[in-house]
Amino acid sequence: MTSQAVDHVALLPLYAAAGTAILALLADLFAGKRAVTITATLLGALATGVTALAVGPWDATFCVPGGCSWVPSWPAAATAALFAGLTAGVLALSVPALRLGAAPAGEFCFLLACSMTGGVTVAYAGDLLTLIVGLETLTLPLYVLVGLRRFAPGERTTTDAASASVTFFLISVISTAIVLLGIALNYAATGAVHLGMLGPAPAPFAALAGVGAALLVIGLAFKVAAVPLHAWAPATYDGAPVPIAAYLSTASKLGGVLALAAVAARLDTSAVVAVLAVLTMTVGNLVALRQTRMVRLLAWSSMAQAGYILAALALGAPGVPAALAYAVFFMVLELIAFGVVVALRPVAADGGTLDDFRGAARRHPWPGAALVLALAGLAGLPPGLAGLFAKVSVVEALVAEGWIWLAAVVVVNAVIALAYYVRVGALLYTGPAEDTGRRPVSRPVAAVLVATTIVAVVLGFAPQLLLGAL
Amino acid sequence: MNNLLIALLVVPALGAVVVALLPDRRARLVSTGFAAVTFVLSVLPILVRPNEYTWFAYQPGDGPPMVPWAEIDLPWVPALGLEFHLGVDGISYPLIVLTGLLTLLCCAYNRKGRALAALLLVLEVGVLGTFLALDLILFFLFFEVVLLPMYAVIAGWGGPNRRAAARKFVLYTLAGSVLLLLGVLLVVTSAGTGDLVTLTGAAETGAAELSPETQRVAFVLLALAFAVKAPLWPLHTWLPDAHTEAPTVGSVLLAGVLLKMGTYGMIRVGVGAAPEGAAWASPALGVLAVVAIVAGALICLRQTELKRLIAYSSVGHMGFVLLGIATMSITGVQAALVGNVAHGLITGLLFFLAGTIKDRTGTGSLDLIGGLRETAPRLAGLLGFAAIASLGLPGLAGFWGEAFAVIAAVKRGGPFWLTLAAVAAVGGALTAAYFLRLLRRVTHGPATPAVAASSPAVTRIEWLAWTPLILLTLAVGVVPALVLNDTVVPLANLLGVKL
Repeated sequence: MTSQAVDHVALLPLYAAAGTAILALLADLFAGKRAVTITATLLGALATGVTALAVGPWDATFCVPGGCSWVPSWPAAATAALFAGLTAGVLALSVPALRLGAAPAGEFCFLLACSMTGGVTVAYAGDLLTLIVGLETLTLPLYVLVGLRRFAPGERTTTDAASASVTFFLISVISTAIVLLGIALNYAATGAVHLGMLGPAPAPFAALAGVGAALLVIGLAFKVAAVPLHAWAPATYDGAPVPIAAYLSTASKLGGVLALAAVAARLDTSAVVAVLAVLTMTVGNLVALRQTRMVRLLAWSSMAQAGYILAALALGAPGVPAALAYAVFFMVLELIAFGVVVALRPVAADGGTLDDFRGAARRHPWPGAALVLALAGLAGLPPGLAGLFAKVSVVEALVAEGWIWLAAVVVVNAVIALAYYVRVGALLYTGPAEDTGRRPVSRPVAAVLVATTIVAVVLGFAPQLLLGAL
Repeated sequence: MNNLLIALLVVPALGAVVVALLPDRRARLVSTGFAAVTFVLSVLPILVRPNEYTWFAYQPGDGPPMVPWAEIDLPWVPALGLEFHLGVDGISYPLIVLTGLLTLLCCAYNRKGRALAALLLVLEVGVLGTFLALDLILFFLFFEVVLLPMYAVIAGWGGPNRRAAARKFVLYTLAGSVLLLLGVLLVVTSAGTGDLVTLTGAAETGAAELSPETQRVAFVLLALAFAVKAPLWPLHTWLPDAHTEAPTVGSVLLAGVLLKMGTYGMIRVGVGAAPEGAAWASPALGVLAVVAIVAGALICLRQTELKRLIAYSSVGHMGFVLLGIATMSITGVQAALVGNVAHGLITGLLFFLAGTIKDRTGTGSLDLIGGLRETAPRLAGLLGFAAIASLGLPGLAGFWGEAFAVIAAVKRGGPFWLTLAAVAAVGGALTAAYFLRLLRRVTHGPATPAVAASSPAVTRIEWLAWTPLILLTLAVGVVPALVLNDTVVPLANLLGVKL
């Protein structure tokens, strides 16, 4: 056994991400000022994103004959940058709550940066074990973040966050165990853990490998909250602070999608993934129709959106670019939607009921318009052009591979989904426009909304920027 | 001249942004200004109409399968095979001008503030884009652009049941457009191109031709999508609610140009990309069209609400348009094109008048409106003119589309098409019956209290909005060549007919 050569340039994004986490910890320890810690983490996250894009595709490292564990390619760099961007966005969305002291800033920043480190690892992972380690690093801090909520004296305390955290923790642990079992069975059958070496097992072990692949997919399906493995998601999203719910719905889901894409591209998992896709989008959309709470509605809708991504992944390798493209477009739109919820609700409040948003766009025209853009995009309609292209790329991949029936399921679901998106959109413009409920939107939140909206509009008009990179 | 096509989309889009940012009191003037510029731009392509391809000099197979007067072709999203390919030819030109005109009139007529004015201009972008697009995915994209703005127009400024009507509209039409997405992508992935110039007449040039089975599946998907939009019986049920609840300008644009996206799409995309599929499905399409004509007329005979009646009359008129398309002959499709434009002019006018009557009297119920002639002779006269034009009196625009759709069906020959022609002609007679019933109830008899209490005068802005429609109804009625002049060669290409 020789030691593997390590190319440190290839690892720079990981160093930057891990460095950010340490920086957050040290800043909290030595400076002890909230603003310093938050700024340091924010800059660290942005630096991570820039580093990932600057390094770009590079020589793979941690190699053994047949495969490498760290593979810097353009899709990897783009998704790592996306993880960093989402982290920075979620941190900025949390600033008002942190200022209020709803969560301890140092711990919050450190945990979020750790989670980002996991995300970067997932993006570059070249073998199943690195992938699962990354995924766990991504998820582990979230158990704490979901429940990290301090109450001011006299404030009504709830245990929603704590119970959300426990639910999330239990389900995640079980799903990780299933994934590990899947990896083990697959390894037993094929002797491969590197993504590049995954493939059909020799004849006597084909059944074993099949079970392994199925378990792998099922375990990862927990992470993206695919039906029927979704029960944790609505409760967890709704109990968590809204910015963390945004992180769960974007970065955490992106980790699951990347892992699934890595597996689905190389192992024959079409049947399992297709079933999961159909169930996920249909159940997600139908249940979302009946939601009365904003974050729950977004949770079910984001579940349904994951179904569209799974539909593309059911194609195997040919569907991966479409699935990743959809995921990225969706993350941007979803971050806008959650950002607007943060902006329109009182600081550190939960997501509220749909009625709390009645007439909100009349009081806050700009955030209202941003939410309409995001909802239109999630529905796949102009003016949310990014969402339209996302949907077109998935449906085109399905039609091109001859899966017209699945494409038909996808588009029927798009119609169902529009029913609740227009309900929310119309609600924003109904009712009194009186100024009683008007609150100024805090600057970091506004900055996130402006930046993400610009990204969404640019991607809407120039989707080739993204589609070309994947 | 190529920049003109981009300007046609950019000017109203820019207008929408500017109007949305201005105070309400300036909105009408500014939006009308932008709409006027767009209208002028929409007329301009006539200047570059080529004269060398007259029908006797041109034989199919001689040149490229389709020669737009002006076109622009830029790559946009190569990964999806989407090109920003716009063009004008004899088929789309009349509809582009109609869109420019109706939007201008609606902007001038609109007194409900900047948001509605901005939405009207956004709608115009979507409709013009649909008529200009020569790339299938681009066509789909613009087809979708009108969806949410029209929803907002109905839900924001409509009548008492506007929410339900708007929701029904948006879900129905989205269901249609997702079928369009499937159809379009099926064609694009099977042919390897979404370029309508290449796809049209592919049978002759041999380029990118689709297999008959693919054509059938694609045409069924596309035809269903366009049948929702047009709307074709039995997929029309969203239309009456949407029209009844929509504000006047919404109804005018919906009937005047949005429905045309369905029939235009059927001709340009359905027949253009899958001609064999269209020929295979044409008997079914013909039957549905004739059922629509008769059903629309029968339903109209029982209507008691003014706008609802006009909405159902649209179902009948679109039936004639689709019958013309179903014959798959040059005469038939020409009838469809002229019927499209005539319906846009006449029904636009009818909805303006109905909206005005409804606004003045506060009701649309035929039981409560009566004797309009006694108190408001001018309004009654205009309504009479529009109704008579709509029922297809020779000399007015409505005549050509309906008469020639029937003639085309007769020409197609055989007992099947003769029966369709005969039933359609009976439907035409029923159309006359319900319009005369409408006139009898609304204009004749003693004035009802609602009518007596309403103001009789027609304001200057109303005259301004209606006069162009009246004049054009007369003009197209007398000289249908205004619409049909340059359609023979493109249609011969489209249908693969030797001249």
